[in-house]
Amino acid sequence: MAVISYIEAVTQALREEMLSDQKVFILGEDVGVRGGVFRATAGLYEEFGADRVIDAPLAESAIAGVAIGAAAYGMRPVAEMQFADFIMTAVNQIVNEAAKMRYRSNGDWNCPVVIRAPYGGGVHGALYHSQSIEAMFCHVPGLKVVAPSTPYDVKGMLKSAIHDNDPVLFLEHKRCYRLIKGEVPESDYTVPIGKADIKRDGSDLTVFSYGLMFHYVMQAAEKLALEGVQTQVVDLRTLYPLDRETIIAAAKSTGKVLIVHEDNKEGGLGSEVSAVIAEECLFDLDAPIQRLCGPDVPAMPYSPPMEKFFMLNPDKIYQAMKELAEF
Amino acid sequence: MQTYTWNGDYPLYRVLDENGVVCGQLPSLSDDKIIEMYRWMIITRYFDQRAVNLQRQGRTGTYAPFSGQEAAQIGSFALIEKDDWLFTSYRDLAGLMYYGFPMHQSLFFSMGHPFGGHVPEDMNVLPYQIIIGAQTLHAVGTAWASKLKGENRVSVTYFGDGATSQGDFHEALNFASVYKAPTIFFCQNNQWAISVPLHRQMATPTIAQKALAYGMEGIRVDGNDLFAVYNAMKRAVDRGRAGEGPTLIEAVTYRLGSHTTADDPTRYRDADELMEWKDKRDPIIRLRKFLENKGIWNESLQKDAEQQAKVLVDEAIAAAESFPKPNPADVFDYVYSTATPDLVEQKTKFLQHGGRER
Repeated sequence: MAVISYIEAVTQALREEMLSDQKVFILGEDVGVRGGVFRATAGLYEEFGADRVIDAPLAESAIAGVAIGAAAYGMRPVAEMQFADFIMTAVNQIVNEAAKMRYRSNGDWNCPVVIRAPYGGGVHGALYHSQSIEAMFCHVPGLKVVAPSTPYDVKGMLKSAIHDNDPVLFLEHKRCYRLIKGEVPESDYTVPIGKADIKRDGSDLTVFSYGLMFHYVMQAAEKLALEGVQTQVVDLRTLYPLDRETIIAAAKSTGKVLIVHEDNKEGGLGSEVSAVIAEECLFDLDAPIQRLCGPDVPAMPYSPPMEKFFMLNPDKIYQAMKELAEF
Repeated sequence: MQTYTWNGDYPLYRVLDENGVVCGQLPSLSDDKIIEMYRWMIITRYFDQRAVNLQRQGRTGTYAPFSGQEAAQIGSFALIEKDDWLFTSYRDLAGLMYYGFPMHQSLFFSMGHPFGGHVPEDMNVLPYQIIIGAQTLHAVGTAWASKLKGENRVSVTYFGDGATSQGDFHEALNFASVYKAPTIFFCQNNQWAISVPLHRQMATPTIAQKALAYGMEGIRVDGNDLFAVYNAMKRAVDRGRAGEGPTLIEAVTYRLGSHTTADDPTRYRDADELMEWKDKRDPIIRLRKFLENKGIWNESLQKDAEQQAKVLVDEAIAAAESFPKPNPADVFDYVYSTATPDLVEQKTKFLQHGGRER
């Protein structure tokens, strides 16, 4: 198996899907000649031409809205939001139009669009290039929200998203793009949307996470293992709808739960995960459900020491896990 | 320093004057076709009046009347083929019914029957838009897809004067012109966005002039003149099919009724203004004068047309009211192509507990 980076997984999935299905096309800001500001669409303009890799005018609502129309026509658009922070001007098209197309037409129309958006911080991106926006979209029936953390999942889930007959918000952690590398098979494969993945077995505590934080959790788990504490790590992967079955089973298996995300705490994904556990298996727990999240302030500051203070890291997570294990 | 301000002197295109006298080039339409369109103006006007009454009687919910806009809608929908794509607002039922959207289904929207959102198989009509202006971008999407596939279908989007303040409208015009997507932006400028008059909606005297900023053709047409609307739409559709890109049409018309049945326009609108449009510029009266002058219409035919309207609308109301009621638990369907395990479980529990999860 080849070892590729997180961003290469994005590019490979796009390229393979464009090769196998003429209906797949890309639109977004600077996705064409420039190959995307992160280079996620590098080489695709040269290979597939300007008609299938569209440099859209600088208007996120138009990018989403045009994709919705094209999807109604039978196309398979993959729209890129240059930074997840910019998605806010497209919220009406995503939430009111794409997510409700099937529902309000009694199933006559559907909306198979994929909206890719790089999110998250730790890249010195400041307030408007660092935001975690997932929770805002994880309350929208009709929409699917995914946030894979490994190249294998990125490639497999992006393919699933493109095949999916419903709209998918595909969140890529921008810090992972070149930091995270992993094995990806040469052969075609997909990873299902809607399934969490237990990426590390352990019997002492369970940690739920996704994106960049998942990798930090894994590092903390390895360190804790040296002290004889075995951590079960669940990569949520699909944030909406949640894989309740896996979440409940994992929580029951260790009885100690920590949820880690970079996004703000209040109303974040951790709230829903903990509510599911509290509703379904409270009496299987041996400790209160814990959450370790970003602070409830707007987003990542630009000041380096403030950014570092805001962001979680493996050490902060290790401490929280250790305290829970000792509870 | 050289500066330039457009003075807004955008010509209003007309074929019939307010007395139904020809003042421009008539379209090449047979008498039968013209009479068919006129009959549909009568049918839809009657439908509109009955629909308002049904709401007053408590037989339906909120309804958005279109009376006064029949020529703008029927004159333009006449050019749309079944393969084309349509994205309308909630005030375009006259055009939609003329186009073939079943009349009884048109009532379902106000009755709150989910089947109203069901679109007949042979039509590319998206559910009508509630969020003002959002549909304009979808039309650009289908237009662009049509162009990409080398097909010559056009996409038509209908909206009102209020929608031109929305960002999506401007983004749509811009995207369509950059990519020469065969889109027709058909604006019915009915002078009022609920209670806000045109001069509070925009500082420009016309909507058509906005096309200039996007490098596309704009047409300002008398929206109560069926023939002028038809000619303007024909030009836009022909240009779209020929690969010449998008067109913005401003059809100048008037909303004779309320914004919806939940609105009372006497609170904000001058009665004299209404009477001016009602008595002197009604699109149906204008076309009737033309037909009578031409000697192809008379009182007896008028009576017959009104009777036909009554029969069709009565049948539609009966069909709508006797249509099977929706199953409440269907609310769980059509969220995703395949229901998620959680939704299946929720539906089961809601059924078990009479509409609650636990």
